[in-house]
Amino acid sequence: MRTRPAGPRAILLECADAAEVAAWHAELRRRLDSGALVATDLVPAARTVLVDGVADPAGLAESLATMSAGRAAPPEPGTAVELDCVYDGPDLAEVAELWRTSVDGVVARHTGTEFRVAFCGFSPGFGYLTGLPAEFAVPRRDSPRPRVPAGAVGLAGEYSGVYPSPSPGGWRLIGRTGAVLFDPSASPPALLTPGTRVRFRAVPG
Amino acid sequence: MRAFTVLRPGLLSTVQDRGRPGLAYLGIPRSGAADLPALELANRLVGNDPAAAGLEFTVTGAVLRAEESLLVAVTGAPAPVRVAGAEVPHGAAVPVPAGAELAVGTARTGLRSYLAVAGGIAVPPVLGSRATDTLSGLGPAPLRKGDTVPVGATPVAPAPGGPAAAPAGTASAGPRSAETVPGGTGSGGSTPPGARRTVVLRVHPGPRVGWFTAPAVRTLLSADYQASPTSNRVGMRLTGPPLARSVDAELPSEGVVLGAVQVPASGEPLVFLADHPTTGGYPVIAVVDPADVPAAAQARPGTPVRFEPVEGVSGWT
Repeated sequence: MRTRPAGPRAILLECADAAEVAAWHAELRRRLDSGALVATDLVPAARTVLVDGVADPAGLAESLATMSAGRAAPPEPGTAVELDCVYDGPDLAEVAELWRTSVDGVVARHTGTEFRVAFCGFSPGFGYLTGLPAEFAVPRRDSPRPRVPAGAVGLAGEYSGVYPSPSPGGWRLIGRTGAVLFDPSASPPALLTPGTRVRFRAVPG
Repeated sequence: MRAFTVLRPGLLSTVQDRGRPGLAYLGIPRSGAADLPALELANRLVGNDPAAAGLEFTVTGAVLRAEESLLVAVTGAPAPVRVAGAEVPHGAAVPVPAGAELAVGTARTGLRSYLAVAGGIAVPPVLGSRATDTLSGLGPAPLRKGDTVPVGATPVAPAPGGPAAAPAGTASAGPRSAETVPGGTGSGGSTPPGARRTVVLRVHPGPRVGWFTAPAVRTLLSADYQASPTSNRVGMRLTGPPLARSVDAELPSEGVVLGAVQVPASGEPLVFLADHPTTGGYPVIAVVDPADVPAAAQARPGTPVRFEPVEGVSGWT
């Protein structure tokens, strides 16, 4: 892990991989909860954790540098969520081709994977789910769809994800779920928060 | 009922407060007033907590009718303010009698005016804030003609001195915001209508300054840019010399801060404002000092913009 300055109130932790991101995010979250760290926002992402709203970013960077990544204990297993999914997405056949398997093979692989929310972004409650082996990464669609419905389950790059609300989107859609992913009146408002473990269960349409 | 009725909503009028900080890890943008100090000043002028919700107008202002007598203050981009047809001071607490029209006109300079009302705008909060987030759609919809905008009860214990006693800052509030908002340099003197003084934004090195060539960094810190008409609450987009990258790799999305100067594929930088996304996949070359973000939010399309390194901060090479 190395830190990079991000203006007078923030630093960006750059990690080697998603596992190191998870460890540092968990470590910083513990410090935040215990009051050892004062910050407005902790934002994990693909390879980084942003610590925003800190009084002395340079001091924080220095104190984190003295901590080896190994000492940032791995995160506790997050809460588990099971999502019922109807596998009838418009890109299912294409994904089967990319994965050199059948449609049933895609469903088996997707339901057989324990995913983990690596981070949220793109829109409120949109979780980037890791867990698929690297060789199952798929490219985004060449042209994004102007409107992807809420609940659409898709794949892009190394991630799977579920659209919490209708939006344009370029992910390859393999199914849909009726689960409510984002509800501003709920606490927390997002069903899939960083660290949450996710499994999909195939249900008839 | 304590409320305004919207007679003319203007170009884009939204409810704003301090937004939703602390939720970026769920993909929820901060949102809030684009020029937050201007809204906080307006709140103080009417005796509100500075965190109270007010209205943000864009260039053309708005016309509202007070359904009960209300105490208001308009700050931010200097614009004519009329109550029942009579001009009243900008940057000061003014009463609006029940049934009277409050008209905030077109800003003479700058982009965004703010209206605070004693008691605050009382739409239901969403995730702790009443702000309209134009990126994610959280919060109330922008004002439309005929809308009723509820106003809270007058604060029981207004700030010491009370709104009527002209608290410190009231007298200078109007002129001060008029001078500093459009230029960001506070050089004083009156600005002729329509003038386009250069906005100077002080910047710190961004986390990905190393992804750009040395000439690109020099260009950023010396070239003349212009605020683009495609700017909005998400970001101030700029036209001007593109910034060349030294690293061509794709950047995995990473968290971005308010004021981040991001360089998309076109090479022309943009400055992230209140409704910026929580993560971005283009490298951030610099970060505008928080003190100068309001000036960026007030830069009208066509305004010349320059970036200047914050003194004593290393890390540009």
